[in-house]
Amino acid sequence: MHGHVEREFKITWGMVIDLDKCTGCGACMTACQVENNIAPMLDASNKLRTLSWLLVFEMSNKKAAPDAEIAYLPRPCMQCGNPACVPVCPVVATDKNEEGGIVSQIYPRCIGCRYCMAACPYHARYFNWEDPIFPKGMEKALSPNTSTRPRGVVEKCNFCHTRFVQAKDKARQTGGNPDALPDGAYMPACAEVCPTGAISFGDLKNPEHKVHELAKGKNAFRLLEKLELHPQVYYVSKREWVRKLGDNYAATGKPGAEKKHS
Amino acid sequence: MDRALFPDGVERCSFGKFALWMVFILAFFLFGLYAMLLIFAKGIVVTGLDNYFGFGLWITFDLAVIALGAGAFFTGLLKYILKIDQLKNIINLTVIVGFICYSGAMLVLTMDIGQPIRAWFGYWHPNVHSMLTEVIFCITCYCLVLVIEFVPLVLEQKQLNKIPFLHHLAHNMHVNMALFAGIGAFLSTFHQGSLGGMYGVLIGRPYALREGFFIWPWTFFLFVLSAVGCGPIFTVLVCTFMEKLTGRKLVDFKTKALMGKIAGTMLTVYIFFKILDTWAWANNYLPSTGMTFDQMFYGIIYGKWLMFTEIILCGVVPAIMLITPSIRNNPTMLYTAGILDCIGISLNRYLFTVQTIAIPLLPFDSWHTYAPNWAEWATSGMIVAYGFLVMSLSYRYLPVFPQERGMNR
Repeated sequence: MHGHVEREFKITWGMVIDLDKCTGCGACMTACQVENNIAPMLDASNKLRTLSWLLVFEMSNKKAAPDAEIAYLPRPCMQCGNPACVPVCPVVATDKNEEGGIVSQIYPRCIGCRYCMAACPYHARYFNWEDPIFPKGMEKALSPNTSTRPRGVVEKCNFCHTRFVQAKDKARQTGGNPDALPDGAYMPACAEVCPTGAISFGDLKNPEHKVHELAKGKNAFRLLEKLELHPQVYYVSKREWVRKLGDNYAATGKPGAEKKHS
Repeated sequence: MDRALFPDGVERCSFGKFALWMVFILAFFLFGLYAMLLIFAKGIVVTGLDNYFGFGLWITFDLAVIALGAGAFFTGLLKYILKIDQLKNIINLTVIVGFICYSGAMLVLTMDIGQPIRAWFGYWHPNVHSMLTEVIFCITCYCLVLVIEFVPLVLEQKQLNKIPFLHHLAHNMHVNMALFAGIGAFLSTFHQGSLGGMYGVLIGRPYALREGFFIWPWTFFLFVLSAVGCGPIFTVLVCTFMEKLTGRKLVDFKTKALMGKIAGTMLTVYIFFKILDTWAWANNYLPSTGMTFDQMFYGIIYGKWLMFTEIILCGVVPAIMLITPSIRNNPTMLYTAGILDCIGISLNRYLFTVQTIAIPLLPFDSWHTYAPNWAEWATSGMIVAYGFLVMSLSYRYLPVFPQERGMNR
């Protein structure tokens, strides 16, 4: 009844985030907002109303000092291989059918029913509650490549898709192969700006890309793997408690998680 | 002053009293209309919804009224297709209730979507894999069927019926009503089922997700059964409320008890399968996702008491009451069971809508709570007021109750 067959892509853009390197500085969030022309809100006090395509969560091992530890987890859209959001959209305003495996969001098509938001367990989808209003002067700093969105549509991270398009264009212009971009030719704003290099990005299926190996590391995990949405975003941490917080299965200590988390 | 418009042989209150009543209802309606216009002007930012709770009171309200309005298609099916003739005494009322519920739900949906002027995209760019597409198609089509079923009743208004063309039109529509009853039953079965499917296919939401056999046909029919398990008795409650309000007898108790029996039978079948479904979900599916039954609940606002109230107090209890003749045939007990039944099914829709998305799935995330704000209550109240207006006008001017004349001699 899901009506959706998981599609295989030759290129699978993915992210590997090293949580031991992340300091929670929030530069990735800022870069994301700038790159994607997200207007500042007049009142952003309600954090459940903000547009945070990339959101940094704080995690704690919930222990008292001196054993207390925290970690920060940047959460972009997971670009799931088996997305929960795509098959539910009544108007095909979101799809996963382009080579590269990025889940698209078609703003002029979206009717704002928010069914995709209800479907996404990662809360990666955001509703545009108010018309974007940029303070005077800020319009000069807008990214010319990213469209702004009207009020009433759902939006989300798309791995800075315009950068993907630009990287392919550049490859064509310089005699390269747009279907085999070298590592680093296409880089989302968050990965580019991260001061500690915690965010790696590339084609998960291309052995020449760094993420190919990183995603296979023994300390790599994905969020809520048990739900089988097959995210294309991986996390890495040497700390077991951090890895366990990636999935309820591991967090509750139930059997079935040993292979991946201990 | 409007006596000439009344159905033959019935008494209605004075026009002044009726006008006062309408003004009273209009006050609620206009307050909701103000909220609606504000929402259209400023967007749904004026509501209590947020990024965690994209669905809230409105969707719950929609699903609940669509279930409660199921009396129309199911009674139509029993009356016109299965030929249970006694239901003719209440069939008109079921149609009006159904019409109010469905047209009201559609009005709420236009407010609920972020881009109301794109509402037609559901037809123009349909995603055939989405349960919501199926719901959009079926609800709008069925609403049209309800209009077709309502029209002959309007045409039978005393003065309109004197016009030969309208008289014949109404007659011929009545003659072919079995066809529309059949279409209505077909469409309704699909969208009631798909409303359940809407939640059942959410692969990232363990509270709602059902896999394999438990989504099709199980969840599909659970929603159909729950709707027909409350729709007929809701019509009885509306009828009884109208009787209390007007002081007149409108439908004989025998017919009401029959509607109670129909709803009770359906509710019993439903609640049996619902309990099996919940048991299988808690013992098989949930552990497979690494989650526990306890993790699905939080504090009082999202506590287990909601689920137990839904299934036991407002499910098993009214089911037993309605299928037991000695209880069902006692008016007070029948209405009590009816109220419990309707609360239970509405609560079911609330839990599938709000509890489903309230549960934090990321282990490092926390519970958030949702409370509808005034704009959502006011607009929902507007739909209720709209229902009162349509029902008041219909009762005053249309021959809704064939037994009324005889019962009030």
